[in-house]
Amino acid sequence: MKPSPQVSLAPEPVTQAVGKGWSAQEIAQAVAARKVSAGDVVEAALARIARHDTILNSFTDVTAERARARARTVDTAIAAGRSAGPLAGVPFAVKNLFDVEGLATRAGSKINRARSPAPRDATLIERLEAAGAVLVGALNMGEYAYDFTGENVHDGPSRNPHDVTRMSGGSSGGSGSAVGGGLVPIALGSDTNGSIRVPSSFCGIFGLKPTFGRLSRARSFPFVFSLDHLGPFARSVADLALAYDAMQGPDGDDAACTTRAAQPVTPLIAQEIGDLRIALAGGYFQTHLFPEAVEAVSHVARALDVTRTVEIPEAARARAAAYVITTTEGASLHLDRLRKQPDNFDPAVRDRLIAGAMVPAPLVDRAQKFRRWYRGEMLKIFETIDVLIAPATPCVAPKLGQTTFVLDGVELPVRANIGIHTQPISFIGLPVVAVPVPLQPMPIGVQIITAPWREDVALRVAYALEQMGVVASPAPRGF
Amino acid sequence: MAEPLDDYIDAAARALGLRIEDAWRPAVRANLDVSLKLARMVDEFPLPDETEPASVFGA
Repeated sequence: MKPSPQVSLAPEPVTQAVGKGWSAQEIAQAVAARKVSAGDVVEAALARIARHDTILNSFTDVTAERARARARTVDTAIAAGRSAGPLAGVPFAVKNLFDVEGLATRAGSKINRARSPAPRDATLIERLEAAGAVLVGALNMGEYAYDFTGENVHDGPSRNPHDVTRMSGGSSGGSGSAVGGGLVPIALGSDTNGSIRVPSSFCGIFGLKPTFGRLSRARSFPFVFSLDHLGPFARSVADLALAYDAMQGPDGDDAACTTRAAQPVTPLIAQEIGDLRIALAGGYFQTHLFPEAVEAVSHVARALDVTRTVEIPEAARARAAAYVITTTEGASLHLDRLRKQPDNFDPAVRDRLIAGAMVPAPLVDRAQKFRRWYRGEMLKIFETIDVLIAPATPCVAPKLGQTTFVLDGVELPVRANIGIHTQPISFIGLPVVAVPVPLQPMPIGVQIITAPWREDVALRVAYALEQMGVVASPAPRGF
Repeated sequence: MAEPLDDYIDAAARALGLRIEDAWRPAVRANLDVSLKLARMVDEFPLPDETEPASVFGA
């Protein structure tokens, strides 16, 4: 028998809790203690999605029946006295480049809708569900992840939860919108050049771009194999750590995934940070900034009592090399589609990819060699410091459809400049927690950057800032 | 009048088997111009001959 919808049975406090109040941690504890059922939590999340996503447009698929079935499994396990995992009953959603069993993995495109339904979930979905979480759907994104805006010509833009006339940020725009809007406490996204950190900044939430290779990319639709990362979004550092811990560990299905054992961070995030050597990223990272970005970095620096500034050598060239690797590997990935069905692309994505196909190969090889050199220079910096602070975006979320902004008296294209402070960091795979500074009227993010494999340090700093009240995920202001 | 990159775009499109409609050409040209400028910026940086690329492969 098909289960009947239970929305009306979910008490209003549960709806509110899932929407604006309860964190993933609180939901999991309440579900484990049988104060609320996973079924009621999931119904409340589905009701909130139905009510608000007509505005936010963050979901492209809502997997309601699957979620109800999964919630029943969680509730049954708990009723039988078994542990349902550290994320018991926690609703989550994924950028639609993750394989979800039974759905065609569209990756924000029109073309991919003709793909066969995915036969199996992505590794990270399997791991979150093994920890008790419940997938409730797939999320809007920029076409093929080649985007910083969150706009999508096929599905319409996902909207900023703090001002629905503004961008969510890309390319994981639906992830930022859904978490910032309180539709789910946790979402997953991808970050090749900034696509976790940019939506985190614009939507006022926490995002973790782990070390390159830390989290498996298996059964997700790629963009740039050299630079693709997957990671979580949340409205608190504890939730970010919980989700991250549930997803760690080697995976032979992703050639770039580490063979290191999982290094759980949840027990570490509340550790004191007084022993850490923290510095501001100087030079390149202190230019091309609107006043609100400068203010956000200053807030964080003052709270951490940071007085030291470190110059990052050749950051502009690092951004250039990331751009070259991105456009050429992206072009290679899509070459057959560019030949056979160019009219079915977002024209802006198509024209970038065609140009990328025409960059001579030696220049790409040199970009990869420069990447090795730059990595060496950055590792030297991390011999004398533990944490770098840098802006996440040069500005708060621009208006939807906005194509230029004026910075330092110069009119610049929005799309190409949103990621200028994130690209030189992901280029060499450093772990970053994007933390939201709740400025009025719009929040903006700051990057907490650490040495490779030290996500624990970045999360400790983020947690300390959260405890100080310097960073926080504001309640949705836009709807 | 043909733009400086047009001959290269035509030759590369033929070599790659790509069709470029006239309406797309200005955007393709503009994107290629940016890509080549950034690639040149990397190209100008002197690297030792022994520098290995950063690609990922394990046998």
